[in-house]
Amino acid sequence: MKEKKPIRIPMPLRYGINLALILALWGTFAALIGQGAITNYWSGILIMVGINIILAVSLNIATGYLGQLPLGHAGFMAVGAYAGGIFLKSTPVADLLKAGNEAACLPYVIGALVLSAVVAGIFGLIIGIPALRLRGDYLAIITLGFGEIIRVALTNIDSLLGFKFTYGAAGLKRIPKFSGFHLVFICVVLSCTLIHMIMKSRHGRAILSIRENEIAAESVGINTTYYKTMAFVVSAMLAGIAGCLYAGYLGSLYPATFKFMKSIEILVMVVLGGMGSMLGSILSAAALTILPELLRSVADYRMVAYSLALVLMMIFRPKGLLGSYDFSMSRVLEKGINGLRGVNTGKGGGAQ
Amino acid sequence: MSGSSNKKKPATKLVPVPSTNIIPERDINKSPILEARHLGIDFGGLTAVDDFNMAIGRTEIAGLIGPNGAGKTTVFNLLTKVYHPTRGSILMDGRDTAGKSAIQVSHMGIARTFQNIRLFRDLTVMDNVLIGLHHEMDYRLSGAIFRLPSFWRGERIARERARELLSIFDMQDMASYQAGSLPYGAQRRLEIVRALATGPSLLLLDEPAAGMNPSETAELMENIVKIRDTFQIAIMLIEHDMNLVMGICEGICVLNFGRIIAKGTPEDIQANPAVIEAYLGKKGE
Repeated sequence: MKEKKPIRIPMPLRYGINLALILALWGTFAALIGQGAITNYWSGILIMVGINIILAVSLNIATGYLGQLPLGHAGFMAVGAYAGGIFLKSTPVADLLKAGNEAACLPYVIGALVLSAVVAGIFGLIIGIPALRLRGDYLAIITLGFGEIIRVALTNIDSLLGFKFTYGAAGLKRIPKFSGFHLVFICVVLSCTLIHMIMKSRHGRAILSIRENEIAAESVGINTTYYKTMAFVVSAMLAGIAGCLYAGYLGSLYPATFKFMKSIEILVMVVLGGMGSMLGSILSAAALTILPELLRSVADYRMVAYSLALVLMMIFRPKGLLGSYDFSMSRVLEKGINGLRGVNTGKGGGAQ
Repeated sequence: MSGSSNKKKPATKLVPVPSTNIIPERDINKSPILEARHLGIDFGGLTAVDDFNMAIGRTEIAGLIGPNGAGKTTVFNLLTKVYHPTRGSILMDGRDTAGKSAIQVSHMGIARTFQNIRLFRDLTVMDNVLIGLHHEMDYRLSGAIFRLPSFWRGERIARERARELLSIFDMQDMASYQAGSLPYGAQRRLEIVRALATGPSLLLLDEPAAGMNPSETAELMENIVKIRDTFQIAIMLIEHDMNLVMGICEGICVLNFGRIIAKGTPEDIQANPAVIEAYLGKKGE
């Protein structure tokens, strides 16, 4: 019998498969919402799932890929949320939404998302440059501090400015509620795609090399400061986008929402899913958003459950549920096809 | 690749260069690739290396030997700017490296391996080499995000190059393995490949044969010579295996308590009483 070679799916087709998969998922959800199979209550939760997914995958850049432990992610989210919220309040989006003219809102919404990303990115840069000179516990503490500074500043900045800007503890209210399922879904897909494209390139490998061994990375000429800052800024930008969507979903913002515990919540999603695994972050973000809703009756014990889950994880699966495994539809298909043809792909322990 | 000239190594004649250092005669028309002048470093009150002078010819294989704790790895760390020297200067290709960072020194053409292997353990063999080839690719972040033609071209060329480099050590079939799962010897070889990927003109090998059996060491010796011949680069190595050092090194530098006690060809070193004393102790003690 002639020796058969294992089939490899060529690159354009791989992207096609992924695109088809995403469209199918979108179509399913859209149809279910359209038919009323998913109630308003649950589509709201779906939106929160999407926002949390963006938060988790963005934090995953800094923890999973870069290997640092920033604890101020909620701060970047807050910056994005307030930037987007304040911007949209100054635009006629609210009136347009009331008139049912959603298409006319789009430029403003995109503008708000971009603005949130940029402002959060600038904060990421300002905080990242000093913070990334430190490592481990020190970096965790300094980012925690910066996150709190942002929250306290949002609470008190009005008295300093002398006019109403963030509306302090009373909350920024009447933000146009523009975050619908479709917008959030698109943002999730774009965020994940962006991260994937960066990570599977020389820039992504440079980020990974810092996590793996910083001294070795420097010895082969990787500009570690640059790539650390870059990863940190991208992470902050995406958190800003998530914050903007959050503002557009709730319609009102309170600084107390972005407390330290919010950062921990996001971190738990990443750690639970597996540091460095995008699919892990997505799944655990979804699970940790939906579960508390299902268990509303025992909501008070959520934090206990979180800590318990984390302790158990550290004991039984210290690398997270999925470790650093990342799902690839094409790889599954390749395996399936080659399995049917009886060809051994002959791959040794490849951890991608 | 050049043939079997390494089977019988022609005796190298070492000649002095202006700064009292010695390099192989064939390299004399070109300035030495690296020159260290009165190099020294103190850690607190402890002088780890002092008055270290050395020149390496463009295509020389140089050896740095000495008893444990003599300061050999410290010299490597000084040359690659892991530590910054307290005294003295390092000229890489005639340019002073004072004030340069480890990254900049790598860009100037010094690549190294580490005594306690420092691979990117959780990444694949291919990724390890590709990280070494980072600067071989020139596409920008936007090129990666939008998968522009520059991305595909850069990645394709780099992957071909990586496979070529891996084939020096016959490792091209291991490309998809996780680096940390490789056997010890293969990890050491991968580290050399990764260092070569940066396109150095001087390769520093810190105990490349540590943990290898005699047949692996013999193969490694051939490969080191082959690398020098193929890439026409200088190689400096720290090694305790005297067969390897005496077999392939042309100029050898012996370090004891942070100071050079002897310099010369393998024959000179083997006959040098100070070296024998450093390794075996004084007679009658």
